[in-house]
Amino acid sequence: MTALTAPAPAALAPRATPLSVTGTFIRRSLLHTIRTPDALVMAIALPVMLMLLFTFVFGGAIEPGGGYVDYVVPGIILLCAGFGAASTAVDVANDMKEGIIDRFRTMPIRAASVITGHVVASLVRNLVATAVVIAVAVLVGFRPTGTALDWVAMFALVAAYILAITYLFAAIGLAASSPEAASGYGFFLMFLPYLSSAFVPVDTMPEWLQWVADNQPLTPIIETIRGLLLGTEIGSSGWMAIGWCAFILVVAVTLTRILFRAKAGKR
Amino acid sequence: MSTAIALRGITKTYGDQIVLQQLDLEVAAGSVLALLGPNGAGKTTTIGILSTLVAPDSGTATVCGHDVVREPDAVRRVISVTGQSSAVDGVLTGRENLRMMGRLGGLGRRGARARADELLERFSLDEAGDKRVAAYSGGMRRKLDLAISLIGTPPVVFLDEPTTGLDTRSRQSLWDEIRTLADAGTTVLLTTQYLEEADRLADRIAVLEHGAIVADGTAAELKARVGSEVLALLGADDEPMLEVPTDGTLAGLRAALAALPADATGSVALRSPSLDDVFLAVTGSPATRELVDQKG
Repeated sequence: MTALTAPAPAALAPRATPLSVTGTFIRRSLLHTIRTPDALVMAIALPVMLMLLFTFVFGGAIEPGGGYVDYVVPGIILLCAGFGAASTAVDVANDMKEGIIDRFRTMPIRAASVITGHVVASLVRNLVATAVVIAVAVLVGFRPTGTALDWVAMFALVAAYILAITYLFAAIGLAASSPEAASGYGFFLMFLPYLSSAFVPVDTMPEWLQWVADNQPLTPIIETIRGLLLGTEIGSSGWMAIGWCAFILVVAVTLTRILFRAKAGKR
Repeated sequence: MSTAIALRGITKTYGDQIVLQQLDLEVAAGSVLALLGPNGAGKTTTIGILSTLVAPDSGTATVCGHDVVREPDAVRRVISVTGQSSAVDGVLTGRENLRMMGRLGGLGRRGARARADELLERFSLDEAGDKRVAAYSGGMRRKLDLAISLIGTPPVVFLDEPTTGLDTRSRQSLWDEIRTLADAGTTVLLTTQYLEEADRLADRIAVLEHGAIVADGTAAELKARVGSEVLALLGADDEPMLEVPTDGTLAGLRAALAALPADATGSVALRSPSLDDVFLAVTGSPATRELVDQKG
């Protein structure tokens, strides 16, 4: 045995600033996005295909005079944001499964920043996807009338929505027992756009469904985007849209914090 | 010599299962301690407590004088951990992994870059440095894992079963690295199921069973506990059929011979005791070599 001596505290190593830690994690998540392009292709290709399907296959029946593309694009934009954000659940679940989260937790950093990295990467990924979707929409006949300011407001709202839904998917990724389960849980959120004013006006639905569509978050967001890009009546939808995004964001961030602490917390 | 790691009266239970029971352990600064024990002895939990991942139920644990419960952040600044499950990012390359961990560890951009290159070379990973880690072999992953642990030159390093599941050559090269680390003055606490590994690397060995230290000392001291020689009765294929420890005296040898079955035939041999003998003697169960191989 060694003689008992007073242990001398060792000199502390330099530490990374919170900003550089977050920056490092964002860089990591962006590298993940670039290295797994199937997620990006999926996030863009699927909404584009749906848009083409609705415009060319269903469009004629829904609006025989043409011009359905103008109606459907706002909904497709949100659909696209949903698809692109869903992979965050899998990314987060993967990190929690592997030993890497334990390594982060034994370093003098805020380990939860790893989630911030995934969220910011999702935001970048989805905004790029949104821009691509709008470009394709214009190619197939989408004729927006919004001013530059309208476009800025539209992108800001879409960014807020992406942020909110990405955090929700991050929480799902934390709650899921495995990456496979995470991708399964995320699926029901993909269903919401169909029960909104994305594809057909709410007043064409049965009454009970109208109530659902009117009171779910996507309808006011879609109506706001439609109003900003095409000059339709926004009314109370604008505030409702901002309110919903803020509400989902607060709930999802809180949930993420609690779940991260529970999952990666002291054992 | 000062103490780098100290555990006093550490107890940890999960439900009604007692994992660690009044564990006391000290590691002198700059030395290598091997925590030797079978699966489920509490080795990983001990590392978990020291690396601030697991909260002990009672007792105190300090690393470089910092309490793991009260000053987890200070502890995290003097340690690095290589856990059992690989803690590398498979999507990134080896170089990117090292740079990322360097940045997270507080190095500047240029510093992280230089240190990554240096470690890749030292661990003979420079050729694979720009390949994605997902394509690495188990041995390369482990090496990278260890290299990542050393990126910030921490004074205390925890290695949880560093060579489990590796082939002989990878194990050998990892051993060399751990030896180099220890020679440079780093305090190393490693857990292992391999007696040979403890014998080769450690200045001191603590045998853990059912959450308590059942033996503690240098390899030589532990071996001395089972006598200075072992008398082995060999079968037809020169495999030992029966082994009896002796104290190296003539009287002891006579007694050992008398302990062999009267009708035994074949040859006998005298050999120095191995840590296997120690393990058997102090824990009452053979070392779990087979278990490891199956798992690996």
